[in-house]
Amino acid sequence: MKKFLINLGLVVLVAVALAIWVKLPWIGALGLAVLFALWMALTRSGRQTASVTKVGLGTLGQRLGSSLVIVIGIAGVVGVLVALLAMGEGLQATMSSGGRADTAIVLRGGSVSESQSVLVRDDVDAIEQAAGIARDASGKPVASAELVVAASLPLRNSQDDANAQLRGVDEGAWALRPDLKIIAGRKFKPGMRELVVGEAAHRQFAGLDVGKDIKLGNQTWTVAGIFESDGAWNSELWADRQTVASAYRRGNSAESVLVKLASPSAFAQFKAALAADPRLKVEANTTHDYFAKQSEGLSKIIRVVGLTVGVIMAIGALFGALNCMFAAVAARAREIATLRAIGFRGMPVVVSVMLETMLLALAGGVLGAVIVWLVFNGYSASTLNGFSQVMFKFKVDPGLIWTGLKWALAIGFVGGLFPAVRAARLSVVNALREL
Amino acid sequence: MKYFHLVWAALFRRKTRTILTLMSIIAAFLLFGLLDSVRVAFTAGNNVAGAGRLVVTSRMSMQQALPESLGARIANVQGVSAVAYANWFAGVYQDPKNQLISFAVSPNYLDLYPELVLPADQRKAWEQTRTGAIVGAALAKRFGWKVGDKIPVQSTIWPSKSSGNNTWTFDIAGIFRAKDRKDAGNEQMMMFHWKYFDENNRFGSGEVHWYVVKVADPSRADAVAREIDAISANSDHETRTQTEQAFQASFIKQLINIGFVVAAIMGAVFFTLLLLTGNTMMQAVRERTGELAVLKTIGFSSRSVLAMVLAEGVLMLLFGGLIGMALVALIVPGMAAASGGMVPIHGVAGQTWALGIALMVLIGLIVGLVPAVRAMRLNIVDALSGR
Repeated sequence: MKKFLINLGLVVLVAVALAIWVKLPWIGALGLAVLFALWMALTRSGRQTASVTKVGLGTLGQRLGSSLVIVIGIAGVVGVLVALLAMGEGLQATMSSGGRADTAIVLRGGSVSESQSVLVRDDVDAIEQAAGIARDASGKPVASAELVVAASLPLRNSQDDANAQLRGVDEGAWALRPDLKIIAGRKFKPGMRELVVGEAAHRQFAGLDVGKDIKLGNQTWTVAGIFESDGAWNSELWADRQTVASAYRRGNSAESVLVKLASPSAFAQFKAALAADPRLKVEANTTHDYFAKQSEGLSKIIRVVGLTVGVIMAIGALFGALNCMFAAVAARAREIATLRAIGFRGMPVVVSVMLETMLLALAGGVLGAVIVWLVFNGYSASTLNGFSQVMFKFKVDPGLIWTGLKWALAIGFVGGLFPAVRAARLSVVNALREL
Repeated sequence: MKYFHLVWAALFRRKTRTILTLMSIIAAFLLFGLLDSVRVAFTAGNNVAGAGRLVVTSRMSMQQALPESLGARIANVQGVSAVAYANWFAGVYQDPKNQLISFAVSPNYLDLYPELVLPADQRKAWEQTRTGAIVGAALAKRFGWKVGDKIPVQSTIWPSKSSGNNTWTFDIAGIFRAKDRKDAGNEQMMMFHWKYFDENNRFGSGEVHWYVVKVADPSRADAVAREIDAISANSDHETRTQTEQAFQASFIKQLINIGFVVAAIMGAVFFTLLLLTGNTMMQAVRERTGELAVLKTIGFSSRSVLAMVLAEGVLMLLFGGLIGMALVALIVPGMAAASGGMVPIHGVAGQTWALGIALMVLIGLIVGLVPAVRAMRLNIVDALSGR
């Protein structure tokens, strides 16, 4: 009965500790580590713990197999978890980095994305005359009406076709995306069947080299240049809007109008001007908000999948760690009993076993994170957004690595606790008698 | 087989260790079963009923419309037994978040999809109602729709002539079900008359987004597809004709390289599992050195000792692995239900079971190998004297 209550208490303790641990920022963890180090250096039981731990770590070499199981098991958990989360982060970063507070996107009311919106010529003219838009040197509003169609193109290194996003833009488009640089060739000429392609699209699809002709449908287009950008544009093909509209039989219509605001604070004025215009039924958002919303759903799915896979793997690794540490305690039974017999108390034994497990777990966590960082940071992948491909890069940032290490330490904590308690409960007499 | 109880006893000689190892194996195969089910669901051709159906879309882009007049010319191609067509409608109900998988379809569209069942009287009623729509059972349940309801649906693309804005009004004339629970995902769809759509939408008319073609002989599907594409070659509306499976697969492939992700995760998992169970087996055999020596002394051949240790490894993996896979079989239907049929997983596929069991046996043999060889080569005299 007493044993049962102690075990129950332990389980509750574990649950509480994990709950706090999940919320703990890195600074809190650092504080805990410093406190622990002070305790080890300054108190009598702390110093006992240090010496017991030293003995434990000294004998690690004899238990190489099982120590490796802990390290590699946890490296696997942290690696997979961090890789999946990095995929979500990378996608979100790509999709939302095109967003700015000083540009706004106007879609037809009720449209969630560009491909669902239609704006006719009169709408475009009315939007571009609204108050709050920045004007260039000649007094023209800085705006670009845009049209997006999915163009089917052959992939590089594959027999298959995939959908590329072909965006028809007006002259103002370049000024609206200042981060965008032409890295080869030149811009397309309005009125000509010429394209400039994003650097990621150039890598993904076959035949998009400067000066080459490609076929979209039964028409021939010439690639005039290649541009580079951090945002989702990087996966797109750009051409003159009127030319795209006539090639894809869209008449004079556009899907969205992008405008540069006089200042970020002019957005309210711009929005109010559009709402007040009885001819228009449109919805304006800053591009910052719009792109953040676009990537929300997909990133959330990736996150949920990553955490689910991570939890299942962590459970597997936890049992592996428990197994190895129980074996380690059993192997060291006489040694621990000897320590107890010459006056060491239970506490240092418990703490040293846990410390040893957590150090192994930490090593595993660091190993997993380093491997993922080396292999996957900047790794390119692609997915579909709506109808078209978006290329993005995995992004392994310090926040994710910290999350991974937190998981590793949590597994080490739980995996060490129960074997540690068993070590402390060993009957000294029996252990010494055992051969 | 006659040594089974010996192997079993050896396996549970140290209960804590075996149970903890089993837990790890269960977790590994639970993950394997889930991921592989997802992979199978997304990569395998969806169903047998889809065989012999071709999808014709514009070569320029899936969103690009094709002329309705093309339908008659496709029907003339030899080997085509039926042609239906449809348009994207992109409807939302009440809130932009409630997106409906909705199409405007030709009158014979449902005939090409025998896996969807609409009661004959409702079918008749639908055909006679110009603004009639039929909805899948799951969709009807989600919004509490009944036959006879009038529902306003916003199209995110098409303005309606009769309402002056994007709101279209439909009368629900029927509720269809999937014949097989495997196709329950189709019960999320809503379909209505193409004629109503074409007459009532303010943009253009006489255009369709895709044709569905039923071929008389599925084995000739590729040849028929080439002939259909030849009709519009060099026109301003060239087509791309694919089997329905290829059409869906190309979507999924572009969404995510699911095979690679699953293989990478499972590689990490199984490598760890190999190490973990291998370690357990080594310990187990090392501990039993004396017992194995006794077995050999009383006449067990070296080879049967080898076989027994190997069997122990395989048994451990099979025991844990099958529990893990059984858990998957329990979880998966709930997962599919929770996603409202959006995740097309319907139980654990035969190939997942086969691959899983093959992996269990393989890993079992690998982890058993080193200890088993050591047990086989055991020198009785040395082992019994504890050297």
